[in-house]
Amino acid sequence: MLANSQSGPAVHIDKLVKKFGDFVAVDNVSIDVSQGEIFGFLGPNGAGKSTTIRILCGLLPPTSGRATVGGFDVETRPEDVKHNIGYMSQKFSLYDDLTVEENIEFFGGVYGVSDAKLPARRDYVLEMAGLEDKRRAMTRTLSGGWKQRLALGCAILHQPPILFLDEPTSGVDPIARRGFWRLIYDLSDAGHTVFVTTHYMDEAEYCHRVALMYGGRVIALGSPEELKKSLGEGNLLNLDSSDVRGSLSVLEGKPEILEAAVFGAGLHLKVRDPGIAIPRIYEYLKQAGIHVLTLDSITPSMEDVFVSLIEQEEKAAA
Amino acid sequence: MNYRRTKAIARKEMLHILRDPRSLTAALMQPLVMLLIFGWALSLDVDRIPTFVYDMSQTPESRELIRGFRGSRYFAIQEEVHAYRPIDQAIDKRACLLAVVIPEDFAKNIGLKQPTRVQLLLDGSDSNTAAIAQGYAEAVVAAYSQQLQVPIQTQSGNIPATVNADVRVWYNPDLLSSNFIVPGLVVVIVMIIAANLGSLTVAREWENGTMEQLLSTPARPAELALGKLSAYFVVGAADMLIALIVGVFIFHVPLKGSVTLLLVSSSIFLFGALGLGIMVSAMFRSQLMAYQMGTLISFLPAFLLSGFIYSIGNMPRVIQIVSLFVPARYFMEVARGIFLKGLGVELLWFNLLLLIVYAGIVFYFAARKLRQKVA
Repeated sequence: MLANSQSGPAVHIDKLVKKFGDFVAVDNVSIDVSQGEIFGFLGPNGAGKSTTIRILCGLLPPTSGRATVGGFDVETRPEDVKHNIGYMSQKFSLYDDLTVEENIEFFGGVYGVSDAKLPARRDYVLEMAGLEDKRRAMTRTLSGGWKQRLALGCAILHQPPILFLDEPTSGVDPIARRGFWRLIYDLSDAGHTVFVTTHYMDEAEYCHRVALMYGGRVIALGSPEELKKSLGEGNLLNLDSSDVRGSLSVLEGKPEILEAAVFGAGLHLKVRDPGIAIPRIYEYLKQAGIHVLTLDSITPSMEDVFVSLIEQEEKAAA
Repeated sequence: MNYRRTKAIARKEMLHILRDPRSLTAALMQPLVMLLIFGWALSLDVDRIPTFVYDMSQTPESRELIRGFRGSRYFAIQEEVHAYRPIDQAIDKRACLLAVVIPEDFAKNIGLKQPTRVQLLLDGSDSNTAAIAQGYAEAVVAAYSQQLQVPIQTQSGNIPATVNADVRVWYNPDLLSSNFIVPGLVVVIVMIIAANLGSLTVAREWENGTMEQLLSTPARPAELALGKLSAYFVVGAADMLIALIVGVFIFHVPLKGSVTLLLVSSSIFLFGALGLGIMVSAMFRSQLMAYQMGTLISFLPAFLLSGFIYSIGNMPRVIQIVSLFVPARYFMEVARGIFLKGLGVELLWFNLLLLIVYAGIVFYFAARKLRQKVA
């Protein structure tokens, strides 16, 4: 369906820097994203995710470094870049006073979809977004989830090889989010490269690869599995006890415990060697009069990876 | 420039306009209200004009002329005086708007069948009323002059004696009349409405966050500017037609020249004015700021520096130079030339050329401003 004539990475970012005055929003970022990949951009607010995306869409000039999208340099050939991308900005940005169909037709027009193709593309988008019944509804009357789907639909009318989605699911309920990710998978299967930012850690699990951004820098890059492994799989323990806060203060600073953090109703403990650490933990807690309910090795989630990496960064900075 | 993209943008803008009937109604009512308020206020009928008479002649002939003023409902003779001084004081106190001064040799000249003169003094500080008073006073003098000629001509073949009103308007030598005002008002109205309409369109997209989306599409700045401009052109042209129709049919301003030329030149001016609005709009990211700026740079120059009310020739040199950059100045001459003098392209082409150049420059900068980046 997609004409991906060009070989090489869909997105190539090389030593990209963006400064706003003295503030370094993007600090020497280098990433390659392959065609058809779902690439997740993670990080807290203000980490530089949106700024990077805006540079890639030709909306902001970089301070230094280079980036190509679909093989075109974002600085020297922004027009070619724009023909090859679909962009969904963080803020909902369709026209509230136009109907669903009118928004689709407008974006079809500005993306240069031919009159012959437009009806088929419009119907495809309406079906994909599940908006067939609401085609004549005024866009302002749609709920958040529908608006996001419509915005995604408008961004893919011209079948762009590369999609940039900037926090597409913020403020959308979990069911709608799940549905939205199903759409992203469909697009990826159809050959679209999807570059998506999020701060929902569960969404990071859906990506083929993720980059974790912090303070303008990429502090980790890899598939979710690789990142979890780097944290040391099997070395993460989940502790449920009669006193969560008490056990945290008991265990923090003990030589066997590398990191301890409250997670849900329990504690996540990072240890060097579970074989040695588990009996010692039982002992420490028994002495403190805390009753252990469960203590097991667990697979780290992306949230563990995220928290662990950010804590390391903060320690290094301190 | 891509036709499909430009058309999509124009269509979208048209939908915005139609979906906001309140703003549309306001935009269409504006010229009507402005014309009626300005035009009507300036052409109100004037009667019982407080008049002083200074009759130096004191003859049956001079009394005959004064009877002409007494007989008219437009004049109310307040006092007969015997010097200029009381007239001066009365005008200063606004007790008198018109003074008729009949010279000593009035009857003698008539008797000799020589042309003679009557002085009319007017308080030009209320220029509109003064203009109307002047018209009526001249009519009274002309009627008297006519009355003299008829018996003289029948008596003999001699050159008839004539009486000419010698008018001196104090305080404001450039008198306004509604014929003069209405075509000028059309210019001012088009300028203000166009700049205001245009000034909101880009700023609104910034406020709603849609501008970022638009900039990520292949739509080029010139297409964006032209698409937006063509939608508002329809509204601006409707405003212009309303203003012209009201001017011709309600204020009875004579349209001596070509209607086609008037419409074509108005369209050129409208294009430039809309371009200015869009340019201003692209410079500010808030609708309020853009609107205020649009009003400031359209209304004031169009009103003050276009020759609409104040003659450019009487302005200080610096202001005259500034006025060269006010497009309304050129269109003012074109509009009045077509309306009142029936001028054609052969005399107006240079002004039209300047308007085309202006429209081109403004459009270029509007598109350039739209090229800007997000932050």
